Amino acid sequence: MSRLYERLSTAVLEGDAEKSPKLVQRALDNGLGPKEILDNGLVPGMNEVGVRFKRGDMFVPEVLMSADAMKEGLELLRPYLAAAGAKLIGKIVMGTVKGDLHDIGKNLVGMMCEGAGFEVINLGFNVEPEKFVEAIKEHQPDIVGMSALLTTTMRSMGYAIKAIEEAGLRDQVKIMIGGAPVDAPFADRIGADGYGSNGPAGADLAKQFVGA
Amino acid sequence: MTANLTTILSSKTKQVEIYRSRPTVMIGERINPTGRKKVLAALQAGDFDIVRQDAISQVAAGAVVLDVNAGVPGADEPALLKKLMQMVMEVTDVPLCIDTADPEALAAALSVYEGKPLVNSVNGEERALSAVLPLVKEYGAAVIALCMDDDGIPETPEKRLAVAGKIIERAGKLGIPPEDVVVDPLALTMGAESNAGRIALETTALVVKEFGVNVTMGASNISFGLPDRKYINSTFIAMAIHAGLTCPITNPMVSEVMLAVLAADLAMGRDEYAMNWIKAYRARNKK
Ligand code: B12
Repeated sequence: MSRLYERLSTAVLEGDAEKSPKLVQRALDNGLGPKEILDNGLVPGMNEVGVRFKRGDMFVPEVLMSADAMKEGLELLRPYLAAAGAKLIGKIVMGTVKGDLHDIGKNLVGMMCEGAGFEVINLGFNVEPEKFVEAIKEHQPDIVGMSALLTTTMRSMGYAIKAIEEAGLRDQVKIMIGGAPVDAPFADRIGADGYGSNGPAGADLAKQFVGA
Repeated sequence: MTANLTTILSSKTKQVEIYRSRPTVMIGERINPTGRKKVLAALQAGDFDIVRQDAISQVAAGAVVLDVNAGVPGADEPALLKKLMQMVMEVTDVPLCIDTADPEALAAALSVYEGKPLVNSVNGEERALSAVLPLVKEYGAAVIALCMDDDGIPETPEKRLAVAGKIIERAGKLGIPPEDVVVDPLALTMGAESNAGRIALETTALVVKEFGVNVTMGASNISFGLPDRKYINSTFIAMAIHAGLTCPITNPMVSEVMLAVLAADLAMGRDEYAMNWIKAYRARNKK
């Protein structure tokens, strides 16, 4: 059985979006639990992608292909996860802030959070502060995740947090931020609750926020 | 084909003409803390030596115009930009390209510049048009027009052409002539979108055919996120020059890119008797 998990991890690592759902299906057919397939197959694959990207052994197009493979597998798995009563541990609204079009990293973090058991609502990129506010009202999330990849858009995160404060919603959510130019002191400065440097770190932080 | 226009830039003592039948004008990109941790740290510490060095070495390597960007997070950008420009003007005599997204910093920079600078940049967003173009007109500058607007970056060359057209028209209404608008078709990242290079090349060709204006590009973006970037950059820049690029913003210290530009100029018939190519060869082999 562990061979199947390994092959699934490899499919994600190699960015094989055709093989990944097939292997998920095979695992399900073999009676493996959806949560186990996620935790032992898909997630470790994506973790390794993060490590290799950081090390300079993988490149952006490959990261994109891996994300796609993970997504295809996760999509097939999702109804089974729900049916198995894998309870959602919280809800996250996530977006790349205004003026910024970089959404690859944010999507990865979103996927890792889904993998960790969260429901993730992805607002996409170039998200205006008011959009975050509306989304909080509409979805009532536990956590808001913001991403910025440009030094010029980092401050948009501060504006978004301010808008959430002004709407009187700040106490209702935990806010985590991330993206290459961002760090923990900056998160402090703009009044975020935490900073994550990569997908797994983001998922850990989110779990910490909801006490899971 | 529309007539090819000539963009004139100047410093206090020097004039640079950009047009399609002369050698490519290199705009040096290095005076920019964005994504350069060492420069950022130096500027934050008030150490400007690295800026002077970058200015001198880029001109020595063949830059004819220098881009100056002061995008340091948390800094007083108008003051820092002015300071950086003064620094660069002390050690070189080339015209400058003023690179800022902040209209206030732009106004401050324009007010101290002697000559005709290139403003980097305006785009098709209503807010940018109405903040930047009047300043460009007031100071008689030239301006880079990015092919993007309120709807983002268009995915097709035709739509990017339309944005360029809109900016040229708006500039014209204020009395800025088309030769003072330099279009940037936007060379995005092929690592994220495999068609990014082709779209930039096709947009360049369309813009040249329709308007005859000069074309610039941040020509290093194209290879972000990929290994062995210099080989991608040098091949791409040569192709872009063939398509109509006249004044790339790039790093002249990367010899592969510089050589590709010289070779492309030669192939385009813009290097009479191959004098530039030969001169560069001698300079390389002198040491
Ligand atoms: C791909 C890319 C693009 C693509 C984006 C496509 C897309 N759909 O996202 C396009 C072509 C659109 C693009 C455009 C530009 N880009 Co770009 N781009 C990149 C590139 C190559 C990769 C980014 C990426 O996806 N990395 C992979 C992911 C996995 O990593 P990540 O984003 O860092 O995310 C991880 C962490 O940061 C963290 N994280 C991220 N978000 C969050 C959020 C939370 C809540 C948490 C917890 C964690 C977290 O977890 C992620 C997973 O590990 C980087 C360079 C690089 N190698 O990083 C430049 C880069 C970010 N771009 C840069 C620039 C300058 C631009 C442009 C201005 C270029 C231009 N002149 O045209 C434009 C700006 C457009 C805009 N307004 O946003 C610069 C930014 C410099 C700076 N400091 O400001 C960079 C650093 C390149 C460079 N060295 O100069 N770009």
